[in-house]
Amino acid sequence: MANNELIERVNTLLAEEFEKEVTDITPEADIKATLELDSLSLVDMVALIEQEFGVKIKGADVTKIKTFGALYEYIEQNVNA
Amino acid sequence: MDRRVVITGMGIWSCLGKNLDEVRDSLYNAKSGIIFDPARKEIGFRSALCANVPQPDLKKQLSRNQRAFMPEEAKYAYAATVEAFNNAKIDQDYLDSHEVGLLYGNDSTGEATMNATATIREKKDTSLCGSGAIFQSMNSTVTMNLGCIFRLKGINLTISGACASSSHAIGLGALLIRNGLQDMIVCGGAQEANPWAIGAFDGISAFSTREDAPTCASRPFDRDRDGLVPGGGAATVIIESYESAVRRGAPILAEVVSWGFSSNGDHISSPNVEGPTRSLEMALRLSGLDKKAIQYVNAHATSTHIGDAQEAKAIANVFEDCKPFVTSTKGQTGHEMWMAGASEVIYSMLMMKNGFIAQNLNFENPDEDSARLNIVSSRLETGFDTFLSNSFGFGGTNSTLIIRNIK
Repeated sequence: MANNELIERVNTLLAEEFEKEVTDITPEADIKATLELDSLSLVDMVALIEQEFGVKIKGADVTKIKTFGALYEYIEQNVNA
Repeated sequence: MDRRVVITGMGIWSCLGKNLDEVRDSLYNAKSGIIFDPARKEIGFRSALCANVPQPDLKKQLSRNQRAFMPEEAKYAYAATVEAFNNAKIDQDYLDSHEVGLLYGNDSTGEATMNATATIREKKDTSLCGSGAIFQSMNSTVTMNLGCIFRLKGINLTISGACASSSHAIGLGALLIRNGLQDMIVCGGAQEANPWAIGAFDGISAFSTREDAPTCASRPFDRDRDGLVPGGGAATVIIESYESAVRRGAPILAEVVSWGFSSNGDHISSPNVEGPTRSLEMALRLSGLDKKAIQYVNAHATSTHIGDAQEAKAIANVFEDCKPFVTSTKGQTGHEMWMAGASEVIYSMLMMKNGFIAQNLNFENPDEDSARLNIVSSRLETGFDTFLSNSFGFGGTNSTLIIRNIK
């Protein structure tokens, strides 16, 4: 389970960039639906995560990460990896 | 087919105001939109003079994903186009059910291109440019954004003809409508106002350095002019066939009577007299009007020595003893470049519709060329019904529009 500090950083970052309420972002929520991402704005999310955490989400992994919970886990596992 | 082309809507976002009413008042009151921007000095500008263009906040109107594709010039163009549609009484239902075209003048995306390039150079990772970078940095950014936002379905092109871009856009739009290929076209011009896009322009010593008196710096036709002041913003006019306008009960503001154009085939930055003369003569010939009918000329004059002098000669030679009133509104706005053709049609329209001619700001003393013109040095409370608007650009591209009032 990802730590709370990381979760908060991710949530704040994404809510601010995609202009959503931070309370809409929960571990079970679908990322694309919640942030209203299309194929282009998904690129922005990946870039944001890379800039903020230094974690580059590989192309094949992007489609596997459906929920925010999965995103937290991915970042936690790969940060400073 | 040879249909009449009319203007049924206008919208503007400029250093003189964020809408038609504000701009009309600024024109009337001879307000200058020029400031000194200290930040330009810090990045090595020879002249830190520029137009003070407000930044539109579009968070309520457009989604984050829509705004991500828009550089500042597209945001200006959006704001101007919303006003123009409202002015023309066109709603989204109309746009969804008709084939409406889009021809907009733009000739740079300097800041967006620079930002993307800087990211690639620094990070060596193209994905970090973000999804908007490619759409922001293409020269057609304004037309691609507006076309998608307003779901336009007609012709969709950016016109790049340097500082004559948006005058050509209106001229080409009128041509398509006149020939029956489109019924309605959104025409206009946009100009980014950030320093990056025009830094290299500053670098060739084209800008006024009268930094101790910003509002006096842009002084078209004045003997003591010392260069232009860069401006920015966007201007949109809705043009359509007369039949279309009548059919939908639109407010018909004016008629685009004719468009003249030419190329100097000469020096890249230094204009001649022959090229502009041919553009003026073509517009007059196609208008079918006697040149005495032109009561007001909105000159291109940008406040450069050579440009103003050559245009003054061309106007004087073409009009001989007719002596129409002449001004360059750039005394107030600076040089709005890609936007200038469309914005100056709107400035002229606002004056025509409100019965005045704004003074050619900072015109104090003529030189030998401008002395041949009837330049308006203080506001005239006078009605006029037909005007001619000149726009000339680097590379020697020239455009002239003649527009007539419809009451």
